[in-house]
Amino acid sequence: MPYRYVSHETIASELATAIKNITFNPDPELPAKLKLALNNETHPLSQEILNYLLQNIDLAPTKAIPLCQDTGTLVVFAEIGNQCIIEGPPLPEIINETLKKVSAELYLRPSIVQDPLFRRENTGNNAPAIVHLSLIEGDKIKLHIAQKGGGAENMSRLKMFTPSANADDITNFAVETVALAKGNACPPVIIGIGIGGNFETCALLAKKAILQPLNNENPIAEYALLENDILNRVNETGIGVQGMGGKTTALAVHILTAPCHIASLPVAVNLQCHSHRHIEIII
Amino acid sequence: MITYRYTLPLCPADIVPLQEYDKVLLTGCLYTARDAAHKKMAAILQKGEKLPLDLAKTALFYCGPSPLKPGNKFGAIGPTTSSRMDIYTPLLIQNGLRVMIGKGERSLEVQKAIMDFGAVYFLMPGGISAYLSQYIVSYETFLWQELGPEAIYKLQVKEIPVFVGIK
Repeated sequence: MPYRYVSHETIASELATAIKNITFNPDPELPAKLKLALNNETHPLSQEILNYLLQNIDLAPTKAIPLCQDTGTLVVFAEIGNQCIIEGPPLPEIINETLKKVSAELYLRPSIVQDPLFRRENTGNNAPAIVHLSLIEGDKIKLHIAQKGGGAENMSRLKMFTPSANADDITNFAVETVALAKGNACPPVIIGIGIGGNFETCALLAKKAILQPLNNENPIAEYALLENDILNRVNETGIGVQGMGGKTTALAVHILTAPCHIASLPVAVNLQCHSHRHIEIII
Repeated sequence: MITYRYTLPLCPADIVPLQEYDKVLLTGCLYTARDAAHKKMAAILQKGEKLPLDLAKTALFYCGPSPLKPGNKFGAIGPTTSSRMDIYTPLLIQNGLRVMIGKGERSLEVQKAIMDFGAVYFLMPGGISAYLSQYIVSYETFLWQELGPEAIYKLQVKEIPVFVGIK
């Protein structure tokens, strides 16, 4: 089997470009989604703030000011082809070194503390990133990266339902999550839901669900319907943009599922703020 | 929704006519403070010591800005979730604080303290640093530089838009 060798310099260079890109540019489908929401919105305050959001997207790259001062935790889903060999240090080390360099270069806010409970000392360089590694077929490396802000992450929830629960129970849980978050999660939000797997898998699925293309429709009809129901219910809460009222509370709902134990029905709801910063690169 | 143009620090008479969701364009100095700075301020007050800033004349902005890039006048700013400060806020209000700016809801205790003392909590839209940068005039570290993004920064702003959350 022929192997492809990829140097750590190549990965670092492509990753640095990707981090810079998402610091100043959100998901490419976001402006159209926001414009659509603005056309549909009747609440004057939500309309006004949607306009701020759209202007912010235009201004960030031209002024070279980050979309949000919270450039978040760098989350990386790394899929490595089984015919690909990385020359140099292990991938997480390449990612962290690149993150430190880009953070210094772009003057990103250091937002990570080393010890979570007692010392809470800032690492000063945004490292470490959160890296999820997996193996795929082929000779490429796929890196899906996101800058995940703290506000929406804090309002995310996980519940171990049991098999007696139905789609309505999950809808209620998701709507309740957004309702408890109100303005804290910086709505309009994108809602990622993981159903199945186990305790840790459903959370990971919820995070992956957020990173799906914004206009993606679930290929399984009943889940597509559930996504739509949840979106409608969330937008009926009246929470609105930044929690100030209106119809625009969420822009999209994405569900990912996995097989699970006969006793279980784990569900995780991960919220993404409107500053939806992520990109996939293939090396 | 009425729009007011106010210069900081606010006086009690400025706060009286405000209604929920009125828009206020603030000009003057904002002082950033988030989790670590609040913890430190509360610890000083609990020891009965004096704070190195006059809360009565301070508009606290729940914000951790990005560092100053050479050649730039300011870093990226924006509100963080205010409710994380709720545990400290009644004490700060009892010690003179009247103006707070952040995002999201406040606890019942904070709502009560705001109403009892004639204070005001303003909402600022989050996640729009580039947009907000148009309203920043200058920016400097004011206190506790060792806290990094959690230090207290003094921000000079001109007509920055906020909305009345609680008064």
